Amino acid sequence: MLRGMRESLRLLLGGEPHRPEPGEFSEEARHIHELKRVEGGARHELKLLKTQDAKESHKWRNRRWIALILANVLFLVSYKLDIQILEGSLSASRLLGFHFIDLNSALQVMLAHKHIIVNLLIGTLTIFVFWVLFGGRAFCSWLCPYHLLAEWTEKLHLYLARKKIVKDHVFHRGMRTLLWVLFALLALATGYTVFEAISPTGILSRALIYGPGLALLWVLLLLAFEVFYSRRFWCRYFCPIGLTYGAVGLITPLHVAYRVENCFHEGDCQKVCLVPHVLSCVIKGRATDARMEIGADCTRCGLCVDVCKSDALKFEVKGLSKWL
Amino acid sequence: MAVPPASKPLPSRHHKEEARRRFLRSALGAGVVLGVSALGYLPVAGASQHRLRPPGALEEDDFLASCIKCGQCVQVCPVEALKLADMVDGYGIGAPYIAPRDQACDFSCDAAQCILACPTGALTYTKPSHMAARGAMRMPGPPILLAKEKDPEPTLNLKERMGVARLARPDLCLARQGKGHKGGAREAGFPGLLRFMDVDRWRPIPLNDHPFDLALCDLCVRACPIKDAISLEKDGDGRMTPVVHEACVGCGVCEMVCPTEPAAIVIDARKGWRA
Repeated sequence: MLRGMRESLRLLLGGEPHRPEPGEFSEEARHIHELKRVEGGARHELKLLKTQDAKESHKWRNRRWIALILANVLFLVSYKLDIQILEGSLSASRLLGFHFIDLNSALQVMLAHKHIIVNLLIGTLTIFVFWVLFGGRAFCSWLCPYHLLAEWTEKLHLYLARKKIVKDHVFHRGMRTLLWVLFALLALATGYTVFEAISPTGILSRALIYGPGLALLWVLLLLAFEVFYSRRFWCRYFCPIGLTYGAVGLITPLHVAYRVENCFHEGDCQKVCLVPHVLSCVIKGRATDARMEIGADCTRCGLCVDVCKSDALKFEVKGLSKWL
Repeated sequence: MAVPPASKPLPSRHHKEEARRRFLRSALGAGVVLGVSALGYLPVAGASQHRLRPPGALEEDDFLASCIKCGQCVQVCPVEALKLADMVDGYGIGAPYIAPRDQACDFSCDAAQCILACPTGALTYTKPSHMAARGAMRMPGPPILLAKEKDPEPTLNLKERMGVARLARPDLCLARQGKGHKGGAREAGFPGLLRFMDVDRWRPIPLNDHPFDLALCDLCVRACPIKDAISLEKDGDGRMTPVVHEACVGCGVCEMVCPTEPAAIVIDARKGWRA
């Protein structure tokens, strides 16, 4: 388990997945891989049988979009109708009076201000526990408004890429770790919450609740860059918030779990994934265990679960799955 | 199903070239992101923005460091005096300020609800000892809110001022010209709110819904929510002049109600008392 966590952290910080050594495979996984080699043709038949009735599903995507929109609209409605359910914005809020404070914003304030009052600490710990329970980077795909906009503009990018009008340019994922460290140091050294000045998450959340401003131009610029130059550039390679919540994801019980036995290695999951490096175990012969947990960088968006027609990828809660 | 063509290993020269490009692209991208974030320093360095901060705000540097830019203070203000700054404020983006000419803080919340709402202590009743405010910012005593004057606890628990009022354009001042004022305090269509104790103890109303008929304009004195903060006094040249006293907290009500254009009396934001 510890080895899995170390690998998960390595990928989170920007490392590339690699082919496992022969010694890393469990007996069961080796057996399944061997069976798949032997049964090649028969499995092809099985796959047709298993997947012919499967309809295109958007179950998790739809649930997620509804949750994301509802949560963000609740901030707005709470304020405009003065019903005081969820006051504030994504950086800090009160849910029925309980302090909720975004981990990355809290980190910036703590480093810049170097003075932590009780409410700040309580709110930060509450949100830490919340995202430990609900899957770390699930913050990104289930709550962050920029993620939703980027998901929509990604469709435009993919369309233009199919027409060969634009080309995706890959960045090094280690940039996010570098920026995370630099923004932490900048906050510490300058005493300003430097990252907040450019955080599209904060800007969008405030724009939605308190009205639009010029700062939206920066968000538009990022989106345009993603459409015309690099697919999902901000969330994939740069946003330090993703790393903060990814770190929480190292210890969460909520995962997408992969069962190699059910997998036909079509690779559709990696194609729809924001962070396809976490799905390297779906490549034929890579899974080291019969059941693998997808790593901390996974945003639990469920697109892979939707696209997998043979139930090889599923949401699971460690310790609870038996009971569900 | 189409069989994928046997993949040839990429020529290593091409591979190296792509890796080099990716490295350059990544370094450039990170540089641009950092560069853009560094732009946020410009407005601060220029010190062009002397924003009036909400009551209880820490000194500006500490305030910007500790404000988490959530806007909970904005949400509790009954007169919506608090606004969040846009990107032109640099690192002050998302931090609350008051534009007193548009809407002053009239303390119609009877306390300072914004202070109670702040989750990080950027607005606070009691500043940590190592973040003490400048001496001139300290109030001589707890300011008495006229609306609560008859209550057992009539004071606002504020230990520092937000700024201080100043008769910036004495030539425009109606009182100094011996003129009165009739009608709404401000131009038609002005949306600002103010609490008038004689109209509604609990609810602020549009300023212009309360017409005046004054032989000598003393709007800044009569609208001031703080006891003994401002009075009309005979000047050396015999003209009646608004005089600001040390009890002024800098809330900006005088600037908002001043009927001249531009206002004769203004708030010097974040400035201390000069005797």
